[in-house]
Order: sequence, then C-alpha cells, then structure tokens
Amino acid sequence: MSTHVLSLLVEDKPGLLTRVAGLFARRGFNIESLAVGKTEVPGLSRITAVVDVEDLPLEQVTKQLNKLINVVKIVELEPAQSVQREHMLIKVRVDNSTRSQILEAATLFRARVVDVTTDALVIEVTGDSPKCQALLRLLEPYGIKEIAQSGLLAIGRGGKSISERALKQSS
Amino acid sequence: MPITARPAPPRSAEPPTLTGSGAVLKSLELLGVTDVFGIPGGAIIPFYDELMQQSAIRHILVRHEQGGGHAAEGYAAATGRVGVCLATSGPGATNLVTALADAYMDSVPMVAITGQVFSHLIGTDAFQEADITGIVMPITKHTFQVTRPEDVPGALRAAFHIASTGRPGPVLVDITKDAQQDSAPFVWPDRVDLPGYRPVVKAHGKQITAAAQLLASSERPLLYVGGGAIRAKASAELLEFAESTGAPVVTTLMARGAFPDSHPQQLGMPGMHGTVPAVLAFQECDLIVALGARFDDRVTGKVAEFAPNAKVIHVDVDPAEISKIRTADVPIVGDVREVLSDLSIAFQELAANERPDLTDWWERLHGLQERFPLGFPEPSDGKLSPQHVIQRIGELTGPEAIYASGVGQHQMWAAQFIQYERPNAWLNSGGAGTMGYAVPAAMGAKVAEPERVVWAIDGDGCFQMTNQELATCTLNDIPIKVAVINNSSLGMVRQWQSLFYEGRHSFTDLETGDDAKMIPDFVKLGEAYGCLAIRVTKPEEIDPAIKLALETNDRPVVIDFIVSKDAMVWPMVPQGVSNSFVQYAKEHSPVWEEE
Repeated sequence: MSTHVLSLLVEDKPGLLTRVAGLFARRGFNIESLAVGKTEVPGLSRITAVVDVEDLPLEQVTKQLNKLINVVKIVELEPAQSVQREHMLIKVRVDNSTRSQILEAATLFRARVVDVTTDALVIEVTGDSPKCQALLRLLEPYGIKEIAQSGLLAIGRGGKSISERALKQSS
Repeated sequence: MPITARPAPPRSAEPPTLTGSGAVLKSLELLGVTDVFGIPGGAIIPFYDELMQQSAIRHILVRHEQGGGHAAEGYAAATGRVGVCLATSGPGATNLVTALADAYMDSVPMVAITGQVFSHLIGTDAFQEADITGIVMPITKHTFQVTRPEDVPGALRAAFHIASTGRPGPVLVDITKDAQQDSAPFVWPDRVDLPGYRPVVKAHGKQITAAAQLLASSERPLLYVGGGAIRAKASAELLEFAESTGAPVVTTLMARGAFPDSHPQQLGMPGMHGTVPAVLAFQECDLIVALGARFDDRVTGKVAEFAPNAKVIHVDVDPAEISKIRTADVPIVGDVREVLSDLSIAFQELAANERPDLTDWWERLHGLQERFPLGFPEPSDGKLSPQHVIQRIGELTGPEAIYASGVGQHQMWAAQFIQYERPNAWLNSGGAGTMGYAVPAAMGAKVAEPERVVWAIDGDGCFQMTNQELATCTLNDIPIKVAVINNSSLGMVRQWQSLFYEGRHSFTDLETGDDAKMIPDFVKLGEAYGCLAIRVTKPEEIDPAIKLALETNDRPVVIDFIVSKDAMVWPMVPQGVSNSFVQYAKEHSPVWEEE
C-alpha cells in the first residue's frame, strides 16, 4: 500500500461530503484523512483526501469520484510538487519539573503554546506529517492527554491553480 | 442520447407565477414527458392535484411503487426515452429503492420524483419522513432535493439531462411539500450548467487508429457486445462494423437483440449460461473488442483465466468501466455508436491493403456450433418442457414483439430460446437480478409501445412478487400477456441446490404446481384481476394457448404453463470456474467440489 494525496474541487452542494465519503467506503477504500474548506471561487469547495491504496485501485476510485456530478476536478498531488501541511493541537501533562523541557521542545519544533495551566499545556504545531509525528514522539513520555488533528492540507507548487484550470475547461 | 426537449417558450417580460407543483407539471411538459407511473400520498398531493387537471401527461395509477419504478424502467428500456415514476415521501419513496438499484445496475434512463415532508420538518422524524436522497445515493446517478418552488425547473431539467446522457441511469428528485405548494416565477433555464458533468462522446483519434491496427492484425477477433450498445442505439453501426470486419459477435444478456440472432456472425449469448461457441470464443480469441460491456463476473467466469490469449479494445462511455476488471490494451472512452462509425472508417482504410484471414477461426467456431447447438431434453416427469414453451412463444409471436422476463431459469431460457432480431425487444433485470421485474416492466413497455405485442415471461416465484400490477393493466387498458413458467419452485436456486448442495432443496418449493397445493391458483388470480387466464398442462395445448393470447387484446392474459421442475439451464459455467470448463449438459458435467 502507498499513500496518495487527492485534491478534489467540488461544487458546494448539500450532501456532497456524504457522496464523496460514501463512495470511498462503498468501493472499499480507507480514508486516512480528510480536510474540507471553501476556495477562492464562490460555490466551490476543496476536499483534500489522503488514501492508502495501490496505483491501480487508486485509478478506479479516481474515476468513480469523477463520476459524481458535483465533483469538478481531481488531481493527485505528489509530495515533491506540492506543499503539504497538517495542523495539530496537543494537550500535554506538565508539572514544575517538566514544563521548561516541554517548552524547549515546542520552540525547537517552531510550535506555539496556546494555553497554559498548572497541570497542562496546549501546543499548536503545523507542518508535514513527519514533523508532527516527531513532536508527538518527543512529548509522549510526559503524558499526552488529548490530541486534535486536522486532515492534511495540500496545494501544488508554482503558479498554476486547479480551480482556474477547471473553470477554464468548463466555460 | 439527447432528450427531445421542446424549445423554451418565448420570453415575455414577466415570467408567469406558478406553484411548485405547477412548475413540475410545466417542466415535464417542456421535457416532452407524456406518461408517468405513480401512486399518491400525503407529501405529493399538491402535485397530484395539478396532474388531475390536465391531459398532456398520462398518469397511470400503479398498485405499488416498486411496480411504478419497474414500469418506468420498462418504458425506458423499450424506447430509449426517459421513464418517469412518482411516489410520496417515506415508505412510498423507499418502495422505489429496488427499481432504482435495478436501473442503476442496468444503466436505465429514469427519473423518480418523490414528495418530501415540509422543509421545516426535515430532520425531525416527521410522519412519513425518510432521507430518500441519502438512502438512494449509492444506487442513483444523481439526486436532487428541492425545497423552493423557483428551483423546480432547473432541478428537473438537469435530472433529465443527467439521466439520459453519457452512461444513462436513474436520477431522483425529492420535492418538499412546501416547495410544491408555494409559488414563484417560472423560469425555464436556457441550458443545463453542470461544471462537473461532461460525458465524453467522441473518442480520441489516436485510440481509434490503434484499435483499427490491432483489429487489422488479429486472426481470431471477437466482438463482445454489451447493453451499452443498446443504450447508445448503435445496432445499425454495429451491423456495418461487424460485417466489414467479418468477426464473430457475442451479445450479452443485456445486449440480446443488439445484433440479429439470425445473422451468420452471431454466436449467441456468452457467460454462465451462454452458448458453448460464445463462451469458448472468449477463451480462444486473440482480440476482444468490448462494446458497451463491463466484463461482468457472470460473463468472465474466473477472471484470472478469462480470455488468456486476448488483447482488449474496450469501448465505453463510462471511463470507470475501462480496465476495472480486465486491463484494456486500447482504452476508448466514447459513445459506442460514434466510436463504431469512426472505427469502421479507420478499419476499412487499413484493411483495403491487407485483410486478416479469419478462415481458420471461423472453421473452429462453426465446428463448435455444429457440435454444441443450444438444445434441451424432454422432461421425464410428463410435465411440459419450459424451454419448449418459451421457444414457441417466441416463434409464434415474432421479433417485433417485446419480451420482458423475471429473474431465474425462465429468464435464461427466454434469453436463449427466443430469437431477437432488433434492439429494445428484450427487457430484463441483468445486473441486479430483480425478481418481479417482468410484469411491471412489460406494463411500462406496453404503455410506451402500444402497437407492439408485449410478453412478460415470468416464473411462479417472480410472478408472486409484483402481480398486483395486473390490476393496473386491466383498469388502464394495457393488455400485456403473461406466461407464467410454473415449475412450482424457485427454479434457479433449486438447480444450484441440485448441483452443488447434494439435492437439498431448502425452502425452494412454492406449491404452485398442479400436483402441489396450488396456492395461489394463478388462473383464479388472473381472473380476479380481470385477465383472461388459462392453464396449460399438455404439449398439444401450448400453441392454441399462445394463439389465443395473441388474439386477445381487450384485456391482459395470464397463461399458467405447468412445467417440469427438473428442467435445468444448460450450458453452464459454474461460479468462480474458468470459462474453459463450460458444461454443455448435465451428463457432460464433472463432479464439482465447490460452486
């Protein structure tokens, strides 16, 4: 199995997410992460999906996704040709003896502390997946109380835009 | 498959104000709809109120929504036009689920319009509320939910466009009761704007050339024709292409009639119950030209051993079908009809210089045809031979009729022993395998094509699932003819139990035969519905009964043919086994260890 990042440009219609998620489930594909948000074009949203499949089934699921009426465009974003980021909020247990070490670790990872109490810190980190995982491993011995994590976000490098291209084709 | 939408009415300064229900009616008229099948309920009363006060659209009041759904399918399958059915919210809508799933599997252009509870009640578990757009999402090409009257024309226009273009399929439009009741200016959209929906119809020239080259160098080609050829109305182009290449043709269950059975290049139906020449042609060919076919498991048998020496040219309007099961050497996305026209020209240019010699290939296939013609033994229990009954129906009625079948043994025999000479003459539930399809589908076909004789070839099991539509047929002057191939059992399941479960016939006895409890008595049942109903038990009664049915056009006809329950469908490729091990008949079968 290998991980693929798919970026879907979709019409912002009711039930759209159900259609996309349902299709993955129905055709037997696991979604590792999903991030949904608006785009620069009114009425269009972007779904970034990370799936763990071989190349051939990936082609099939891409074709099936393309058949959904509200899916306008799908591109696979290769790691080398794109910027990929995850966002994570980590609540870690602290006491007086560990606080400074944890703060130091956060600084090293260019993470930010966004909430402080006597027994816990909330750390915000943004980065690619390996970076976030590395920070997690570092914090694990202190006791991680809670994690909230976004799906992967990705955008192609360079001047091209998938929505520009898609809309040019459709007009 | 463009729909024949009438031109939009001239734009006056002020668009007329209509209720949402009025807008539904007006939209259907503009879309050229003339017949709809449905049954009213609370959430769709406003539209039914409109429907009553007009005469442009014929509404046929069905007895069950599933019947309405299959009727819309039969209507569409017989004509290529979009079939339309109506239902209310909740259970009315969920009763359409089977028909929608069926239409989805067999790519039937169909629009279902359902009523929905008031928009402010959605999500409150209101009376007769069901999330029908959510329920049918996996079994429809698309769904719309309309909550405002001004959105009605756009949704319906888009629904018909989606249902009838590209790979056809069912679309459901769910309209809340307030959207039906409220009023808004009626504005017919100039065009359908769906940025994510642009079916490719015209194939890439490079791919056409590559396909023509493969074909021109093939010594053992095979044209594998699927239901897509019928949906694309490609029969004329197929005939020309087949004759210019000289290649043998197989027509799948969904494609029976796409290419004439009387044509010398026709090998018959492939697959689990296909002819031996059609099944073995796959195994021995060096090139498959798949035309609107999807390499279904019932056709391929064990995929890893399917057509081991063949290259594949795969033509389909749905890119997702190409290389889904079997990798295509030349993938061609496009409408089968258009592609065949282009391919014919490209092939003829190439073949003008040098034509492949198919003599050896045809010699082999003719040999198979001589050794393994379709046939059947006479039953030993004194009952009628079901194959003979079906064959006589086809012979006495002829190729201009429409034949709809249920699912099971009688379906396979109807596919094997009736000669199909034209597309849209054979209607059946191929992908979904929906028992109960025949009677309502025949009803829909008869509404669409009233001048044609329409037979429902049904089984005693299937018939009991949807026969209530005979009431609809009698009351609405839809004189279909039903042949119940009554073997008093769920015959296909019984056949598998006989072959693979050591004869343990678990719950397949239906007690409808004349030596059983005969519950129900199909003659009495048919009479109760106002049909001409007769029973046939002796061979000499078969022809007179069929002739009587053909002469009777003032009401539906039900013939209860009491046939042998021991008759089996042959040839057979057992499930999960290579096509190479096709068995011609039972006495030619090895011991199968697994199904």
